[in-house]
Amino acid sequence: MTVLAPAPHRKRRTASRTKWAFGRVLIYTALAFWALICLFPIYWTVTTSFKSAVDVTQGHLIPWLDFKPDWKGFRSLGLSPDTILQTSTARAEFTSRFSNSVLTSVGASLLALVLGTLAAYGLSRFRYKFAWMRNDDILFFFMSQLILPPVVLALPFLVLYKALALLDTTFGLILLYTLTVLPIVIWIMRDQFNSIPIELDEAAFVDGLSVWGAFLRIVLPLAIPGMAAAFILSLVLCWNEYFFAALLTSTDAKTLPVMVASQTGSQGINWWSMAALSTAAIAPLVIVGIFLERYIVSGLTTGAGK
Amino acid sequence: MQDSSALAVGRHDKIAARRISNTRNYLGRGFLVFASLMLAAVLLVQILHADGRISAGFADWRPVLYAYLLWSVALGAEQVMARGQRGLRALFLLPAVLFTVAVVIFPTLFGFYIASLDWNLSSLEGPHFNGLSNLIALFQDDYYWSALGNMVFYTVAVLGEYAIAFGLALLLNSEIRARKFFRVVFLLPMMLSPVAVSWMIGKSLMEYRFGPAATLARALGWDNPAFFAHPWIARFSIEAMDAWVSIPFIMIILLAGLQAMPKEVLEAAKVDGANGWQSFRHVTFPIMLPVSITVLIIRIIFKLKLADIVINVTAGGPGGATDTVSSFIYRVYRDRSNVGYGTALAIFYLLLIVVFLMLLLRLTRRWMQKVV
Repeated sequence: MTVLAPAPHRKRRTASRTKWAFGRVLIYTALAFWALICLFPIYWTVTTSFKSAVDVTQGHLIPWLDFKPDWKGFRSLGLSPDTILQTSTARAEFTSRFSNSVLTSVGASLLALVLGTLAAYGLSRFRYKFAWMRNDDILFFFMSQLILPPVVLALPFLVLYKALALLDTTFGLILLYTLTVLPIVIWIMRDQFNSIPIELDEAAFVDGLSVWGAFLRIVLPLAIPGMAAAFILSLVLCWNEYFFAALLTSTDAKTLPVMVASQTGSQGINWWSMAALSTAAIAPLVIVGIFLERYIVSGLTTGAGK
Repeated sequence: MQDSSALAVGRHDKIAARRISNTRNYLGRGFLVFASLMLAAVLLVQILHADGRISAGFADWRPVLYAYLLWSVALGAEQVMARGQRGLRALFLLPAVLFTVAVVIFPTLFGFYIASLDWNLSSLEGPHFNGLSNLIALFQDDYYWSALGNMVFYTVAVLGEYAIAFGLALLLNSEIRARKFFRVVFLLPMMLSPVAVSWMIGKSLMEYRFGPAATLARALGWDNPAFFAHPWIARFSIEAMDAWVSIPFIMIILLAGLQAMPKEVLEAAKVDGANGWQSFRHVTFPIMLPVSITVLIIRIIFKLKLADIVINVTAGGPGGATDTVSSFIYRVYRDRSNVGYGTALAIFYLLLIVVFLMLLLRLTRRWMQKVV
């Protein structure tokens, strides 16, 4: 009896053991499956830029094993090792679009950061009364800009920019992009300022600093993590914007997404060059995503889970 | 937070109460009046010039922009000079407000005006007023209404994205190794530009002849894997691509919510003998409801702007089956240059969105966490 007693116990333990192991397997299978879904399109695009037409049509997937990689796609952009030193019109166009994208997204993110940080500090620290609007109404006014679909603004802007001679200029695009990310910056920065104790401001006033002195010298340095998150998130959104860029630029200020989109239509299926172009367009953001993921997550999750 | 800020404001007011000298006051006011007059003068000259009444004037309207900038600076200076400390505080908010008014409020009002015009950029005659006829034409435009119907589908599909994202957030929140690796990988699709995604997935992976997705579908027994030929299949394909890009956003916010959840509650449920499903159904889900509603509403707001993928993959086809309102209006402008009609469609859509979101916010206010 005493000998037999532990048997059902052990049996139950092994049962829960197998159940646990089964659960583990299930969890890791699901994780691996979704990781595959996330990574495969990126993998496919990057490898396709090294394939010739035959490799594409026969569905070869693994470099060196399935097909012999070649700089085909990047050569058509003038970016492969053997063409990088020669002059190339394709590369000239690509670099001009790329630098337009950089200028526009960095410019808009900076402008939004300046305007948004100031407004967020004001809304977090002082009480305003503007006609019937109090702080909460003013904040709602800024946040409500998020609802506005780009189509509503696009056509009036087309007409206005034509009159202002801002059509097809980087500056015009920067103004619009600033508008689209400003609510997000204000949201993140207000949360950041709310988490900084107001006693710091008060101590600064006691030390004789003015409102702006306290803001610039005491509070702002503490808000740098929030600013980094807001800046990087804005950068991603502006880099990927297509709608306004497609309508408001034609030759000079065209950004990378517009170039990618125009290539799909005109060249038919020139797979390797499209793949190379897509790779070049997403590469900066994949790098940002891998190395600055922390800031993006902290920017996105502002206010969640409180 | 509110209380302590009220305290600080009280102290500020004591400083603000110091008398501001009359000269400073008048100087500030005078500066503002001067700048306002200048803005009005530039505007008037330019309107008359554009109208053809006077020959003097500027080549384009840009001087009006400069005059507005000058006026903004004058307004800021006036605030500081005439109102002292309170003006200094207003200076924090003023740039963002002036910017938003110039870039949103004015163009939107201008949009209402354009919407009432018969204005085709490609025709030789200029704009002329035609009252409500754009609105009447809108009600007879079947393509517009089918695009609105598609928006209903795309919006409802947000629930599906939410379900998948919740599952992924739960996976990432469970005890796993290499959590950071999986989090970075799952986040990546969100970073990619929708235009690049349209090519990567829509035009190459789902390509009919030799895209890997089509090959896989054939292997699974679908003889004719045309992802964009049949209306419903095309709609689902577009939705799948948009879901691929946007699920990470929902997932990250839900994950933050899950991580902020007190551990004791789940342990208590376990002690009470709840199994996995029961503790999810009765503990996790109810606690996550405010976060869920908030993220769903944000996601719906962004979904209502969906355009890039549709424009680049199907251009609305087959027969307008995948069109969103934005992509439809984009084509009204691109193919027909019809600015007046396009704007009327957009403004009507804006009104629908505002009403819909107001209702949605009112209905969900009870469960929403305080965002604003």
